[in-house]
Amino acid sequence: MLDDIVKEFLVESYENLDQLDRDLMALEDAPDDRNRLSSIFRTIHTIKGTSGFLAFPKLEHVTHVGENLLVRLRDGALRLNGEMTTGLLAMVDAVRSILGQINSTGSEGEEAYEDLVALLERLKSGESAPSVPVATEDKAEAEVITAIAELSSEVATAIQESSTKPKKQRASRSKSKSANVPEENVSSAVNESTLNNVPAATSNAIAPNKELAASKQVANTTTTQKKEARTSGEGVSGGSEATGSGSPVTETSVRIDVHLLDKLMNLVGELVLARNQIMQFSQSHEDPAMLAASQRLNLITTELQEGVIKTRMQPISNAWNKLPRVVRDLSVSCGKQVQVKMEGAETELDKTILEAIKDPLTHIVRNSVDHGIETSEVRRKAGKPAEGTLWLRAYHEGGQVNIEISDDGAGINVDRVRQKAIEKGMITAEQAAAMLDRDAIQLILLPGFSTAAAVTNVSGRGVGMDVVKTNVEKIGGTLDINSTMGRGTTLRIKIPLTLAIVPALIVTCEEDRYCIPQVSLLELVRLEGDRARNDIELMHSVPVYRLRGQLLPLVFLDEELKLRPHRTDAERRSVDVINIVVLQAEDRQFGLVVNQINDTQEIVVKPLGVHLKGLATYAGSTIMGDGTVSLILDVLGIAQQSHILNAHGTRSVIDDLQGKSESCRMGISWLIVDPQDGTRAAIPLSSVARLEEIRSDSIERTGHQQVVQYRGQIMPLVSLNDMGQVEPDEHGSLSLVVFNDGRRNVGIVVGRIVDIVNEPDQAFSDETCETRIIAGRVTRIVHLEQVAMNA
Amino acid sequence: MQTQKSFCTFRVGSLYLGVEVHRVQEVIRAQRMTRIPGAPDVVRGLMNLRGQIVTALDMRRRLGMDDPSTTTPLMNVVVRTPDGPVSLLVNEIGDVIVVDSDQYEPSPETLQGPHRELISGSYKLQGKLLLVLNLESAISLAA
Repeated sequence: MLDDIVKEFLVESYENLDQLDRDLMALEDAPDDRNRLSSIFRTIHTIKGTSGFLAFPKLEHVTHVGENLLVRLRDGALRLNGEMTTGLLAMVDAVRSILGQINSTGSEGEEAYEDLVALLERLKSGESAPSVPVATEDKAEAEVITAIAELSSEVATAIQESSTKPKKQRASRSKSKSANVPEENVSSAVNESTLNNVPAATSNAIAPNKELAASKQVANTTTTQKKEARTSGEGVSGGSEATGSGSPVTETSVRIDVHLLDKLMNLVGELVLARNQIMQFSQSHEDPAMLAASQRLNLITTELQEGVIKTRMQPISNAWNKLPRVVRDLSVSCGKQVQVKMEGAETELDKTILEAIKDPLTHIVRNSVDHGIETSEVRRKAGKPAEGTLWLRAYHEGGQVNIEISDDGAGINVDRVRQKAIEKGMITAEQAAAMLDRDAIQLILLPGFSTAAAVTNVSGRGVGMDVVKTNVEKIGGTLDINSTMGRGTTLRIKIPLTLAIVPALIVTCEEDRYCIPQVSLLELVRLEGDRARNDIELMHSVPVYRLRGQLLPLVFLDEELKLRPHRTDAERRSVDVINIVVLQAEDRQFGLVVNQINDTQEIVVKPLGVHLKGLATYAGSTIMGDGTVSLILDVLGIAQQSHILNAHGTRSVIDDLQGKSESCRMGISWLIVDPQDGTRAAIPLSSVARLEEIRSDSIERTGHQQVVQYRGQIMPLVSLNDMGQVEPDEHGSLSLVVFNDGRRNVGIVVGRIVDIVNEPDQAFSDETCETRIIAGRVTRIVHLEQVAMNA
Repeated sequence: MQTQKSFCTFRVGSLYLGVEVHRVQEVIRAQRMTRIPGAPDVVRGLMNLRGQIVTALDMRRRLGMDDPSTTTPLMNVVVRTPDGPVSLLVNEIGDVIVVDSDQYEPSPETLQGPHRELISGSYKLQGKLLLVLNLESAISLAA
């Protein structure tokens, strides 16, 4: 059992250590940054002081030596170099590991850290003996760092010259800070750790100015640096927000146990369920007072739900902060130069998701540095800057968070990937040849795949990318790779904002209701009457439906859940209605046939008990408005179970190739139209963006051109028959085919839309063939590109 | 030394079983159950226990009894487990009884089959035996 005071000390120190890592890295770029040095010094001093008070002699000793070095740095007796940074970072690591020991065992552990102490002592005395093996950097690296340091000191001066206003601010702040320091010294050691927050916060408030300048300095070449630095004064507010270390935050925030937040989240979940129940209830009663009260409840619940979700939101920088350090260590040991750039570090994510992506992120970053980015010589030869760049980007899009990790390295050699996959027996040579590059790249996500020529201790052992993929998928995310040979690689992770409350589609199957998370939902298709009986075709024994010319494999939910035996052909032909829920599983689409589609609802996801963990079909359960329990379907699990995807969750290569050849045999889909001049015309369906029907009175004019307002833009209209004026039909409406040429939409008035037919692609047909026989009639082939040119 | 224990008793088929009362969270009437297609036979479904979703295990199936689809609804004995509450579906709920430790005897060697794991021993009551259900193995489906 740990004392409360020790616990407090650990929590404080861990936070401080993370800050230390960042400070040291920043200091490496700007070694003359006094404020930062003082902040580092104070942090170490606090840890040292408290550890002495709490009787942790080893911790005290290690920090004491580090402090001695820092004193000399702060007093200007020494100047920070790469070796010292490495030494200090090693000290931070040592402190961290001792704290870890204290946390788990209550004592400091066995290790003596003699090497580290000796290294720090030597550094302090100002010697730089290159023979000592602890310093892993080669000389060139150190030189570069010194060069950077010199540049940045220039920048630092430029900042001080140019931005007088922040300087004043800084002066006043540092006054208040210096007033705090003695107070801290006088106060008892117990209070020391808490009080220390105050000066740390003050220095943080000043820091963004420098930090911003430092990061910009890295981003720009020498000539533009000063200019950038001059403008950086205006950017301070933005910068402090981005780094999340403004002083008001510490003053107005309260530290809350995560468990309490989890509990609150659960309670809000309950409230949402109760709200749903009441809403349902109030709708069946014609009591206006009840209705008003329940609507108010609805609003408040929604707001409360948003608020509580927000408390669990943390900026992604919490997961990113570690990465520059990882990159630095790794690039030093690989002899590479890599800079890290971050965009959208303030993007917020649910805490649990943040925790879940930390490891995958680290892994991807390591992969990028180890495999992606080349050594400086190779890069120079390829005409790229010697220093490689690793971008981390995060942004919100459509209720999801996108995280991109890209590098400007060598990219993935697709042919090597193909070759390797063949060697490992994952695919055959024919399959490999038929694969698109884009698909072949995804092969690296298969378990046991590695193209690294040599296995390093960092990566290349062929476990990894599949684990990354599994981890991302576990939290309902997707992983996508893009790579251009010689240009770099981009990995994109898409994850939901929060896991606890998700919008879902409710469907009925054999009297039971099931929920389908809306993230995987693409569209709903309802077939009635003859279409329900005839439009489901069989490919061997697999039911498929032609959705806009593409074969959509169908899965009958009741059969998949083994609630009934597989349908016979006769049974399939005796239905009146078929409801298809078109779903996306990875990059494949499939149709889930359900008895009934009910509605959409916000549901609270509850995990399944231990007894049901093994079932891939379900992602969880939830309580519906009427109090019954419903199961949440796991779209990926169903896709795998029904062999839409193969067992590893990767796209089944063979399936895919078969699917492709099948669609070739299917030929081209044509949109058959009747231009109402006695002829027939056909438009390749693939060139059609949308089909629309408009009222003739919505047509406006600009000059001779007839236009309509379409999705907030002006869309020109052209007629198909004689390329002249458009004539509405007797009901005053017009059928439009919307064509998009990449820049704009053009509406083509086609008279009447007759049908969509599939025609086998005749071998003798070519693009210039202007008429052909389709569905038994001579039909003119229309190329929308040409028609659109008349608009 | 003689100690006393309280048992919550219930009937499953022809067996008179009990679990220690402190392991039982509550005893409730039959609830609306959501079946789980594809789950093991023993898992009868999920139920809503005041906003908490609880898995219900059919003790008759667990004890290897033939499943006569009785029309009488089953009762729920909700027990506490490290992974949250689990409901045991039983035929009938009995009294809470207090037993002395000297009435206890472990199961005889002749008790074989699935029951050996599930029943750790019995208390010799007047006229009948109270079988002690081993909760850990009863709620784990591996056996």
